[in-house]
Amino acid sequence: MISAQLPALQVVLPLLAGPVCLLLHHPRLSWALATAVSWLAFFISLALLDQVLSSGTIVYALGGWAAPWGIEYRVDEINAFVLLIVSGISAITLAFARNSIEYEIRAERIHILYTGWMLCLTGLLGITITGDVFNVFVFLEIASLSSYLLISLSRDPRSLTAAFRYLVLGTIGATFILIGIALLYVMTGTLNMFDLSQRIAGVSDSRTVKTAFIFLSVGIALKAAVFPLHLWLPNAYAYAPSAVSALFAGTATKVAVYLLFRFFFTVFDPQFSFDVMQLDRLLLPLALVGVFVASVTAIFQTDVKRMLGYSSVAQIGYMVIGMSLVSVLGVTAGILHLFNHALMKAALFVVLGCVVFRIGSARLEDMAGIGRAMPWTAGAFVIGGLSLVGVPLTVGFISKWYLILAALEHGWWWLAALVLISSLLALVYIWRVIEVIYFQPPSDPSREIAEAPATLLIPTWLLIVANVYFGIDTSLTVGVAERAARLLMGDAS
Amino acid sequence: MEIFGLYNYWIVVVLMMIGLYVVVASGNLIKKIVGLNIFQTSVFILYISIGKLRGGTAPILLEEPAAYSNPLPHVLILTAIVVGVATTALGLALAVRIYGAYGTIEEEEIEEQEN
Amino acid sequence: MTATAIAVARIDQLFAAVMLFGIYSLLSAALFVVMDAVDVAFTEAAVGAGIAIILMLGALALTTREQRPVPRRRHWVALAVVVATGSGLIYGTLDMPSYGDPGAPAHLHVIPRYLNQSMAEIGIPNVVTSVLASYRGYDTLGEIVVIFTAAVGVIGRLGVAPEITALVKSGGMQHHLILRITAKLMLPLIMVFALYVQFHGDFGPGGGFQAGVIFASAFILYGLVFGLEDATKVAPPPVVHVIAAAGVLLFALVGVAGLFLGGNYLDYGVLADEPTKGQHLGIMLVELGVGMTVAASMISLFFAYASYKPEE
Repeated sequence: MISAQLPALQVVLPLLAGPVCLLLHHPRLSWALATAVSWLAFFISLALLDQVLSSGTIVYALGGWAAPWGIEYRVDEINAFVLLIVSGISAITLAFARNSIEYEIRAERIHILYTGWMLCLTGLLGITITGDVFNVFVFLEIASLSSYLLISLSRDPRSLTAAFRYLVLGTIGATFILIGIALLYVMTGTLNMFDLSQRIAGVSDSRTVKTAFIFLSVGIALKAAVFPLHLWLPNAYAYAPSAVSALFAGTATKVAVYLLFRFFFTVFDPQFSFDVMQLDRLLLPLALVGVFVASVTAIFQTDVKRMLGYSSVAQIGYMVIGMSLVSVLGVTAGILHLFNHALMKAALFVVLGCVVFRIGSARLEDMAGIGRAMPWTAGAFVIGGLSLVGVPLTVGFISKWYLILAALEHGWWWLAALVLISSLLALVYIWRVIEVIYFQPPSDPSREIAEAPATLLIPTWLLIVANVYFGIDTSLTVGVAERAARLLMGDAS
Repeated sequence: MEIFGLYNYWIVVVLMMIGLYVVVASGNLIKKIVGLNIFQTSVFILYISIGKLRGGTAPILLEEPAAYSNPLPHVLILTAIVVGVATTALGLALAVRIYGAYGTIEEEEIEEQEN
Repeated sequence: MTATAIAVARIDQLFAAVMLFGIYSLLSAALFVVMDAVDVAFTEAAVGAGIAIILMLGALALTTREQRPVPRRRHWVALAVVVATGSGLIYGTLDMPSYGDPGAPAHLHVIPRYLNQSMAEIGIPNVVTSVLASYRGYDTLGEIVVIFTAAVGVIGRLGVAPEITALVKSGGMQHHLILRITAKLMLPLIMVFALYVQFHGDFGPGGGFQAGVIFASAFILYGLVFGLEDATKVAPPPVVHVIAAAGVLLFALVGVAGLFLGGNYLDYGVLADEPTKGQHLGIMLVELGVGMTVAASMISLFFAYASYKPEE
């Protein structure tokens, strides 16, 4: 009986945990509950992925009302995979969060942070699992409002302006999505994704549907921080509490990128998105410019968290490149990078959380010479950074490899070359940090800096090990991503 | 004839754009929030216009058969109104906090202080 | 309406801009009535012209009333954005079915079942309530989670000070005799009306959300007239927070109860021996949850603004 109800439990458990965290009103108890629920959600998502892989798409009618009259959850290879990423990153960063948050946040606000965290997880999982476009909007707002809250809980006043800017842009994005949904509804009379995909076919040459497509794309791209709609992201990541940055880097933009896939390939036909609307002609150049501009900007940052924020904008560019190649191989690369980038960015932000825990800052000049005092932390940064660059034996390499294969499949050697060159830019900004932490003398030699405590290092290294493990054993990730890509491309073979 | 049937939507579009204009043009954080509210309220009007049926009545079922306007947009907008006020509340709270930290709610003055 | 909207855009006095937005919101509520959306009109009037305005005025009181004039460059940027978006939208409307057209897909697909069978499947005349609480009940659960999130956020950001600040300590407007007496007369009426709206939502316009807002505004009236100190005595902030959380839990747990009785999540049909009875029970409970969370969230928003004191 339980196994049939897993799709509902996936979202409802964190939803219930949110208010309970508030009622507990205790930093440690709220943390314990949030962590327990997050791991439970992770195991549920594993079970769901297993069900999908063995017996195909799961359809779950909420309230017992069949779609399109009721709201349904529809779990297939791609969103089962994204659910796994989101709940997994949340579980592991929560394990990390306890000490880090106690250090960075005032004690009386900690239970509020975990309430917000659970609500944010609810929102993200809800967006991913649902098969109803209006339900996407509702859960998007849960995720967004709780993210504004989580960012602004940091002690740095700049987090307030970052959260405010994100709130304004995020609301514009959400309203664009709302307009898009209205236009689709006018033409089809339905809100269910599956139903929409069938009914759009009959009206796809109408100007209304084309406009709906544009509004939805712009709205979601704002949320996904696709260049040039990324302006909210760097400050939001830089000034949020470290554990929260790690959560967002691993989940929030990933879910929005998933939504792009879902809309471009499922709700709208890939043929409509790319042949009629010629989306790839716009997306590919934008993504490439985004990769280069954001990488170069990252090189000039003095705050390492902000640097990683710009790096995220660049990495989202790679996912979009994969998407706009419109081939099974390209889409596989995009989905693969979605997973892999979640692992590497969460790992790097968690490492910075360790650094902040000991030296109270993530500014480059303050990190001088900490490599000797914090060997485990610094080592984790090196491996995470190499993964970001795309060195073999790490997940970053696998993503780039598939991306380049997909580019060559089109015969676009120039694209492959550009991907390689942009990786060198990543090497530059990562190397800047490595140089400072290992080869520069400490700014204040008299200061005693200790290695981060084991409670922080263990989750950090778990993520680092995952970066290496999935870089060597790719059977799970590549296997699932490829099946998801075939499904999206409508290629059943 | 087709064109006249659409003028209703065009007015809504004009209203939306005034809201969006306020959001983008204002440097004042509270004014931005007011603009967002106008933008969103106009989208609500768009939805409700979609639901209107010529000669229909409010969708509360009567004994005798009648034509009813479409209740689904109403439900969606009830939800969206709540979402809107929630966003407004949080945004204003942030603006108040920003005033506490920077002594101003003008975007440009805040940026000057941050750099 | 367009005039009010343009006036908001042009005016530099924030106080006036907020008031104009109130008028704008009331006008759109009137428009909703014309377009048969009575439930929505009810809510827009209570929320847009009520709660949102109170929050905006509260924020103005805590910050400043004047805005600096906007530099010319921003005008052009904004104008470009707006013209691009607007003309896109106009282009999009060209293929839309005309206003009120009975042949539009929105009136032909999905909707007929709500209109023709909800009486048999759920058994209440207000179709908006049927769809809101049952067919698409899950969206409504999401919606109260949103408002709950906002309340948590505002409490987390502004905080509810244990002691009341001087701003409202003076006992509100207690020295105004007429205000006090009118308020005393009005309060019970508003409360009764709120309860009526809460439980009448099955038959007429209304339901948990509207009732919650009305209840909260009664309370805010009390707070304004008799002072925050008295208001917090009647409803201590911690209790209000518990109610807000309990409302969400109630709604979510009604869904879980469905699971244990062998249905899907939020299936109310299994809650009683007959499906329509179960639907009635389920809808009543979840509407109660909605009412609790909305009222308590709004009240705690008011407390948070009214008792805010800059720290340091």
